[in-house]
Amino acid sequence: MDAQAAALIGAGLAAIGAGMAAIGVGNVFGSFLESALRNPGAADGQQGRLFIGFAAAELLGLLAFVVAMILIFVV
Amino acid sequence: MAADAGKVDPMKQFQIEPLVGQNWDIAGFNIAFTNSALWMAITVVLLTVFMIGGMKRQVVPGRWQMAVETFTGFIDDMLEANIGKAGRKYVPYVFSLFMFILFANLLGLLPVGIIPGVHAFTFTSHFTVTGVLAVLSFSIVLIVGFWKHGIKFFTLFVPHGTPVPMIPAIFLIELFSFMIRPFSLALRLFVAMMAGHVLLKVLSSFVIDGANYSIGTTLIVALPSFALMVAISALEILVAGIQAYVFALLTSLYINDAEHLH
Repeated sequence: MDAQAAALIGAGLAAIGAGMAAIGVGNVFGSFLESALRNPGAADGQQGRLFIGFAAAELLGLLAFVVAMILIFVV
Repeated sequence: MAADAGKVDPMKQFQIEPLVGQNWDIAGFNIAFTNSALWMAITVVLLTVFMIGGMKRQVVPGRWQMAVETFTGFIDDMLEANIGKAGRKYVPYVFSLFMFILFANLLGLLPVGIIPGVHAFTFTSHFTVTGVLAVLSFSIVLIVGFWKHGIKFFTLFVPHGTPVPMIPAIFLIELFSFMIRPFSLALRLFVAMMAGHVLLKVLSSFVIDGANYSIGTTLIVALPSFALMVAISALEILVAGIQAYVFALLTSLYINDAEHLH
């Protein structure tokens, strides 16, 4: 297999990471909504933490995207 | 990999082009006025206009003043919640940071491309720009931390109640997670903006190529892609707001670490 093809396959595999981050972000918001419906009074106070969790989960997906971009355009 | 002729190159939109002063050099570095600099200037001008228009300090605020006060109140509340009383003095910095990123993200989404020869440019999709913003936040954390706590600032890396044998390992891990902060801060904003814009351009190439090929591909490919593009554009407006908010939020959290240690 030539190097270019391997790099493109690698970039495609990196997309799995983006999908995993989607699961993570969905998990963050899903759990928040679940517990916010149980105790709506406490929900507003936790919005900061919600977005911290979102940012942490999203970052890893973005890293996967960076890996894909590096494989396509740099390698 | 260069795009074929006639195809949409999704990376073309990030190209930095000098507008004036291609040969302005300082110590071997070119300082031409680029499209990136132009859009930064536009952002600053619009932001200034927005703020001055809303700072009339009327007792009964009009709509404009209400909009500005909503934003200032939002940042004020965020710092109050995350840092406490000491957070008030960081309102100017975090507010400028938030508004600058927000305006930049939203301006980059403006459909000014319909005017021939004009291209919207999202400078927050460049690591150099977001990197400088992140380093700014990080250096404020360092300066405040060492100013307030001196050498005790290093206790930030050893949380309370760490068992003594674990201290070296915990110290290294915490130090690493601390040093990685400016990178993760800058990377998050830059990649989120870049990914969205690449996605929009890829979809636009589906629309253009599909519509040019035949009636069948217009119906099957181009129209659904166009509908998806509209939806993704709406999502991008949301992302523009969220990323600006996350940048400001994380900055305030990091400043909280510097103010109060653990």
